[in-house]
Amino acid sequence: MSKLLKDKDRFLSIVLITPSILAVLIFIYGFIGWSVRVSLSKWKGLNPDYSWNGLANYINLFYDPRFAVDVRNTVIFTGVFVIGTVLLGFFLAVMLDQGLKGEGFFRSLFLFPMAISYIVTGVVWRWLMNPATGSRTSGLNLLFSYLHLDFLQNAWHTTPKWGMAAIALAAIWQMSGYTMALYLAGLRAIPIELREAAQIDGANEFQIYRHIMIPLLAPVTLSALIILGHMSLKVFDLIVAVAGKQLPLDVPAIYMWQTTFDGLFYGRGAAISILLLISVAVLIIPYIWYTLHTETEQ
Amino acid sequence: MKKTSRLGKYWLYLPLIAMAIFYLIPLYVMLVTGFKSFAEVDLKTMWNLPSGIHFDNYIEAYSKLAPSLWNSFAMVIPAALLSSALGSLNGFILAKWKFRGADAIFPFILFGMFIPYQSILIPLVQFMNAVGIKGLPGLALAHIIYGIPITTLTFRNYYASLPQELLEAAKIDGADMLKIYRYILLPLSAPSFVVVLIWQFTSAWNDFLFAVVLTGNKQWPITVALNNMAGSQIIAWNVQMAGSLLAALPPLLIYIFLGRYFLRGLLAGSLKG
Repeated sequence: MSKLLKDKDRFLSIVLITPSILAVLIFIYGFIGWSVRVSLSKWKGLNPDYSWNGLANYINLFYDPRFAVDVRNTVIFTGVFVIGTVLLGFFLAVMLDQGLKGEGFFRSLFLFPMAISYIVTGVVWRWLMNPATGSRTSGLNLLFSYLHLDFLQNAWHTTPKWGMAAIALAAIWQMSGYTMALYLAGLRAIPIELREAAQIDGANEFQIYRHIMIPLLAPVTLSALIILGHMSLKVFDLIVAVAGKQLPLDVPAIYMWQTTFDGLFYGRGAAISILLLISVAVLIIPYIWYTLHTETEQ
Repeated sequence: MKKTSRLGKYWLYLPLIAMAIFYLIPLYVMLVTGFKSFAEVDLKTMWNLPSGIHFDNYIEAYSKLAPSLWNSFAMVIPAALLSSALGSLNGFILAKWKFRGADAIFPFILFGMFIPYQSILIPLVQFMNAVGIKGLPGLALAHIIYGIPITTLTFRNYYASLPQELLEAAKIDGADMLKIYRYILLPLSAPSFVVVLIWQFTSAWNDFLFAVVLTGNKQWPITVALNNMAGSQIIAWNVQMAGSLLAALPPLLIYIFLGRYFLRGLLAGSLKG
């Protein structure tokens, strides 16, 4: 191929990708920088005000009782959601990996909530988790009473302190199919010889999973933990749909939205968003680095 | 690999069916409530089957949500098409036409798909207001731009898996870059286009955060309209259930008919595609 043609193509490839790179540069990195600037400003009200405020917005958040509630709620949500989704996804994948009839049907069934919006999930679960008691009992509580499982009845997301765990239940419903799919792909990638060799050595099914499969699935578990963990830091729509904007179920994403667009405390809203970004970056940057690194080694 | 006894295996259906019920409960309530007549709707009998098939709730929900359903379609379709086209072009260049530094910028593009969008939200709203792109076009633009990372990733991984010889032969024949893309790569890209189109359609359809800050009353897409309907005291829960089904239906139908491709998009989103 001629040198001229090669240069022309190289030039063309750069021209064609430039708009996308510029868009990423401006709309992601430029805007993050802009948000950082807002977070260091005194902007409060409809009109932009970039007068310097130092770290005051961040410092105030550390003394803000609402933000403390948010952090506590995020920790509860993350704990219940991530552990629940990983364990459930793992068990579903192991069951489906046994070569049963109807595997495809169950797999599709466990995954369908992934296609639905968090808003839809939230609206439906809000009625399932209706906390009304006595003659107005309904939703899952009513179902429990039909099944004579009354001891399971509870106030769901209106439970003091632990209400977030109920929201996490709806999130587990939505996302466990995803971890199932990750684990199923991981299990299918394990060579069958390994399993057979262990069986010949007299290992039972449980031992095979305990000593061979689970350690080999460690990279899958790690990705699942990181992906789910960063999702739970960002949780927003699901809570809005189940509970609206209620203080007991507040999280940083809702606080940011409300304080910025309802309260017009732009400086504070931007500070919350940057703290959110940092917490996500701590999880995601090493993950991207690790994934691309192992990719080039292969 | 035949170790577990037959009986041992059949036991597995018990937990599987129990889990199937867990996943179906919300769907059951949505469907059953939707098909009840207004007269038989009562929270106390919410688990009962309807006496017959009635469409009261769906008609009522549709009359309330129809404009926003069409808003969603009008915004999602161009957004999905354009971001897929961009992703394909970017993926081609980053996989097969690497310029110096191409590998270095890729992680920076990728990071964009994980950021909490709150961290760009204030500038985004300011920017849209400043340039005067309001409502649905602005929302579509946001989905196109913030879709670039995942669409680029999916196409890049797919094109990288194609053998380099495919291009070399064409190069020897004197084909330039655009010809190679147009006549060799593009015809092979249909499966990836399906994956990416589905992914972008679903995520733009299901989005709430961008929609709620970028659109007003008349231009609300379905998620915002549904959420506001659920938050109001006037609209009964049965209509909300029917509305939820209407909002869930387009992505759900795609999932039912093209589930395989949906799954691939899902795995790509965790960088595992």
